[in-house]
Amino acid sequence: MWVLLGIAVIVAGFVLRFNPLLVILASAVVTGIAAGLDPLAILAAFGKAFNEARYVSIIWIVLPVVALLEAHGLQERARGLIGRMRGATVGRFLTGYLLVRQGLAAVGLTSVAGHAQTVRPLVAPIAEAAAERQAGDLDDTEREKVKAMAAATDNVGLFFGEDIFLAIGSILLIKGLLEQYGINLEPLQLSVWAIPTAIAAFLIHGFRLWRLDRRLNRADRP
Amino acid sequence: MITLHWVYALAGAIFAAFALLGVADKSNTRARRTAAFWALLALSMWAGDALGDLGNGVLVLGLVGLAASGLGRGSGAVADAVRQERAGRFGNGLFAVALVIPVTALVGTLLFKEMPGWVDGKQATLIALALGVLIALVVGCLWLRASPVVPLQQGRRLMDQVGWAAILPQMLASLGAVFALAGVGDAVGGLVSQAIPQGSLLGAVIAYGLGMALFTIVMGNAFAAFPVMTAAIGVPLLIRTYHGDPAIVCAIGMLAGFCGTLLTPMAANFNLVPAALLELKDKHGVIRQQVGTALPLLAVNIALIYWLAFP
Repeated sequence: MWVLLGIAVIVAGFVLRFNPLLVILASAVVTGIAAGLDPLAILAAFGKAFNEARYVSIIWIVLPVVALLEAHGLQERARGLIGRMRGATVGRFLTGYLLVRQGLAAVGLTSVAGHAQTVRPLVAPIAEAAAERQAGDLDDTEREKVKAMAAATDNVGLFFGEDIFLAIGSILLIKGLLEQYGINLEPLQLSVWAIPTAIAAFLIHGFRLWRLDRRLNRADRP
Repeated sequence: MITLHWVYALAGAIFAAFALLGVADKSNTRARRTAAFWALLALSMWAGDALGDLGNGVLVLGLVGLAASGLGRGSGAVADAVRQERAGRFGNGLFAVALVIPVTALVGTLLFKEMPGWVDGKQATLIALALGVLIALVVGCLWLRASPVVPLQQGRRLMDQVGWAAILPQMLASLGAVFALAGVGDAVGGLVSQAIPQGSLLGAVIAYGLGMALFTIVMGNAFAAFPVMTAAIGVPLLIRTYHGDPAIVCAIGMLAGFCGTLLTPMAANFNLVPAALLELKDKHGVIRQQVGTALPLLAVNIALIYWLAFP
């Protein structure tokens, strides 16, 4: 049971906001000592695992391509594309954004959109403007909800789209972990099973956005 | 035969370029420390197999030490107006080049299986991804008339913005290995299995899905929860005892964890940063909006594992 101390270290370290890499290393040391390993053996075990998990970090080789395209206006072009989809209501607009975000994440373009790149400058302002038009006068609580919903929609789109892409970190982590148990799977075999959840996420979140529209439209009537 | 080591060589070269270009960046007050971090990662990619287990452990100590002492980030972004003008000039071709990577990864995965003498079939996707990067770089530089230094220099700027978080997933995967060695999964599994009704497949599936979400809420990251819950319940119970399809159990199990990510302030970059960016009065306003999607979706994920993985 003492080996669970390592989990306590992770929780405490993250709550106290120490550098997460340091917290992870400390957790490994505490866990190893609790299991009766000597410090050098723990370091060697961690080093071995780190070397074997290198494939998790090779995803960063795409950065030069992303950076080259962004320096030549990829984000501006994407904003232009999304900006033209000014639907009549906040619900329809955010549902459209959800679909685009899921689609982009599913082909590996996770950093084309995001809270800083698209939500703050574009999605939240458009959502707010649409909600104002629907409800007439928007009170502060509703305004906050609409803006928060814009950010929430970005997260849902990203989380439940990205695992459809073959080479995303989490798919590679699953592959690596299962290999330790002697189960060999290809990334494609894993990523296809992200599709049912992606569809469910779209339906559930889309339904909530539809209800947001209904609530705002009703507020319009005296 | 082309193996994963070719991809490691390419990744090492790119990290080495980030280090070399970073050392000369005068706008970064911690240029040397930051460059040393990427240089160590390049060393790991190039020579990891030759360093030995303890050598790799020392390399990790170096990476963590540099990260904890604080990495810097440089400037050098292309001006907004220039990018706006270029967006108009180059148009939708930008999306086409961006799509080269995923399309190559997809086609390569399927194609490389048919050429077993040429490419290591088990690593087809990653090799195809690397090939896609090379094709996109060549096509992009030729079409945009950019010097090959531009993608590396701009890529380094993006890399610096990500900073030490770049190796967080790899570190968590390694912690998972230490946890496995120390039997943490067994200990958590022991606790959890007391809560599972004996011999109940549905009970085990619910424990796995809920466990992924709860553990992710605590750790702030589904990557950390996954090795523990999979070692505790996923592999011994769902896969070995009840013969569930490992691909379905694990892929959807991970997504059950993602539902937990929507619910936790520990996942600060997704949940707290946007609240600050949008100047919300309620720090947890984004999480509050996510509850209504995360909880039903968690139930759906548990049901999907139950229905799909156990025919």
